[in-house]
Amino acid sequence: MKTLNKVFNKSSILVPGVAILLGLIVGAIAMLAGGYNPIVAYYSLLDKLFSSPYNIGEAIRAITPLIFTGIAVAFAFRTGLFNIGVEGQFIMGMTGATLVGVTLDLPWYIHAPLAVITGAVFGGVWAAIAGFLKATRGVNEVISSIMLNWIALFLSNYIVATFLVEKGQQKSRPVHESALLTIDWLIELMDKARMHWGTFIAIICIVVFYVLLWRTKQGYELRAVGHNPDAALYAGMNVNRTIVKSMFISGLFAGLGGVFEILGVFGYQTVMAASWGYGFDGIAVALLGGNTPVGVLLGAILFGGLNYGSTGMSFGAGVPSEVVRIVIGSVIFFVASHGLVKWFLKPFLNKRASKRKEAV
Amino acid sequence: MDRSLAAVQLKGITKRFPGLVANDSINFELKKGEIHALLGENGAGKSTLMNILFGLYQPDEGEIWVNGEKTVIEGAAKAIELGIGMVHQHFKLVQPFTVAENIVLGNEPVKGLKIDYKLANEKVRSISERYGLKVDPQIRIKDITVGMQQRVEILKTLYRGAEIVIFDEPTAVLTVQEIEELIEIIRNLAAEGKSIIIITHKLKEVMALADTVTVIRRGKVVKTVTTDETSEQQLAELMVGRDVSFQVEKTKREPGEVVLSVDALQMKGEQGKNALNGVTFNVRAGEIVGIAGVDGNGQSELIYGITGMRSVSGGSVKLNGQDLTNRTPREVSVAGVGHIPEDRHKHGLVLDFTLSENMILGSYFEPEFGRSGLIDYKAMDRLAVKLVDEFDVRTSGIHTNARALSGGNQQKAIIARELHKEPDLLIAVQPTRGLDIGAIEYVHKRLVQARNEGKAILLVSFELDELYALSDRIAVMYEGRLMGEVDAENRDDQQLGLMMAGNKSAAAVPRERG
Repeated sequence: MKTLNKVFNKSSILVPGVAILLGLIVGAIAMLAGGYNPIVAYYSLLDKLFSSPYNIGEAIRAITPLIFTGIAVAFAFRTGLFNIGVEGQFIMGMTGATLVGVTLDLPWYIHAPLAVITGAVFGGVWAAIAGFLKATRGVNEVISSIMLNWIALFLSNYIVATFLVEKGQQKSRPVHESALLTIDWLIELMDKARMHWGTFIAIICIVVFYVLLWRTKQGYELRAVGHNPDAALYAGMNVNRTIVKSMFISGLFAGLGGVFEILGVFGYQTVMAASWGYGFDGIAVALLGGNTPVGVLLGAILFGGLNYGSTGMSFGAGVPSEVVRIVIGSVIFFVASHGLVKWFLKPFLNKRASKRKEAV
Repeated sequence: MDRSLAAVQLKGITKRFPGLVANDSINFELKKGEIHALLGENGAGKSTLMNILFGLYQPDEGEIWVNGEKTVIEGAAKAIELGIGMVHQHFKLVQPFTVAENIVLGNEPVKGLKIDYKLANEKVRSISERYGLKVDPQIRIKDITVGMQQRVEILKTLYRGAEIVIFDEPTAVLTVQEIEELIEIIRNLAAEGKSIIIITHKLKEVMALADTVTVIRRGKVVKTVTTDETSEQQLAELMVGRDVSFQVEKTKREPGEVVLSVDALQMKGEQGKNALNGVTFNVRAGEIVGIAGVDGNGQSELIYGITGMRSVSGGSVKLNGQDLTNRTPREVSVAGVGHIPEDRHKHGLVLDFTLSENMILGSYFEPEFGRSGLIDYKAMDRLAVKLVDEFDVRTSGIHTNARALSGGNQQKAIIARELHKEPDLLIAVQPTRGLDIGAIEYVHKRLVQARNEGKAILLVSFELDELYALSDRIAVMYEGRLMGEVDAENRDDQQLGLMMAGNKSAAAVPRERG
């Protein structure tokens, strides 16, 4: 009971909660201004999310890649790096998985793991390039990883269109059955929602994220370099090697996100006109979650849930998708601006504190 | 001149920051033409008070009177308008500009649309001559010494018509000779009718320079006295609030074997200049060797070179005969070198790590903190508790972030960590920088204790008093080379000062004293 009290009294729970509420209110105002009924809209959002097993399953599917990209961004951030190239690493992960999934023929217990590992390593190496450039030549990782995003997009398109293409179509041949990571019984259970093992791997990755950074010596080094590279050098750590390592690990997480989109959801890779944006959404997720393991999970659920549920708003309440983006945007805005919300809450919190004092 | 008139009166100034009262109803009076020292330890509230006077902070309570009139100083612009000027500790000068250009910046004399440089030069020259500052208006800032740059800052305030000049720790970056010259300049200013406030924690300078001293402790004025009626000892006690001993007890001791030997060490610096030009010296067991010199003459580079934090381009470093030239910092540390770094925030601590995590900063890889790749947090905490206890680190707990500790306690934590390694050689760079007298006493005691236990200690400091108090031998560094070595007991301030300023003949003259 005591701990429960502590959890709910903590401003760490209160502040994001109020932030979401404020975001929804601002979103409601925007909808009212546009002549839409916000109550109906929010009802349809929730209805969309929870009305059927299929929708619940699909919402989980939408959340899963955001967990991966959120961890990727948060991990890099914890080690002092801003990995804005998660998008590209995600695409490289997809491509790695598709390559192995389409071209090889192996028993499932080798094929699937090999495809997963290949995709993850593709993502990791892609990120490590930016890390290597930073460590050896001082190139800012933000610039290099943005450029690598575009290279990844067009390189993947080239690989798919040249080596893996299904004749006459703008997509690859299907990934072999033996490499797929869908969960058939769960798909049945959830009314054909696309369920896959990636969701569980994502949860494991959150644990890995925590253990690696806060429980191992490796993580101690990574965090020390992130907080203070000068002190890390003084303490005898190899700062440059740590930067490359950190980017590689961050890229692994991003790559895994891409892997499961192919092996778990689609089963093939398309030639893309533009990237999907999971990587960029991952930045928002990491920000929402304060770069903490549990925070990233909650951030991904919020972000993915809003994204998926918002289609319900369009259908159920006729709200155009632009206005839906305003609603999502204002929620993120308030969650991200802790300071603003705390300022807003200050009079209430003060009153509570003084009341408590009086009681004493 | 009527000296009884007050240039500045601060009445009941109170300034609160979250969780702290920086100034607690302070009364302060600066008379016209007076040199008034504001003395206090770090964090006592002197800078806050002066920032209020200069308009950078607004007081929560109290009144400011300037030249007999009550005023509100909303910003630095208003302060300047009222004739208040401030010479900051860190100069605010544009390096590639000339002296005159820097001085007129923001208030340039114009002829049509163009800046009238000729007039600017003349104006600067005339002010410079009037106060005996001897600054050439046409020389570029990057080509002049730190002492000269400070004079440019002084000129800047005078050019803007300052009648009241505040100096923030003005001697921190100067050599002995430069300090003497600065004292002369400040006296000139006062003689010309300017009123001067000097923020400092150095007792000697207060006694040498000021007419009146106001001592501040923990945000409150402890006492205002004239320097005729007080002594260094009394001021120190007022400042700290208890008895202090300046003398470090140090018995004579025969040094043992050579522990560190540095031979012809060279390091490349910026723009083709060598940061180190063949530095040779050694440190033996049970002695403290001090490195004196003005900041920026290669002391930091020397330490980086020895500890492997930067690679050297020539020469060698040996510890107990083992070659450590260009090894990694970890190899150097494991070989038996402890290092109290110059900048405890930059190098010494990861401020966002807990105190406990910081205690294993250089030793986290050792098996005692976990064999499997996981960190043994229990072992880490055990060590932290032990060291916190042994070295009296005042903290609310070992899981407090290092950032939350006071400077003195941060330094104690670093010293605890480095001494716990049981190093053969301990390098201490500016170990008491920014610490208050109480903490300085403690650090000095610990260093001498380590020396008495037979450790070799290399001490780099910009404070001559500290070098005198601790060192057995003092080597002077100038522009990346050692100018010579003096025996700490039979030293000569003048000679040491000249060596620090790069005067070779001073070093060459064989000393015949003592």
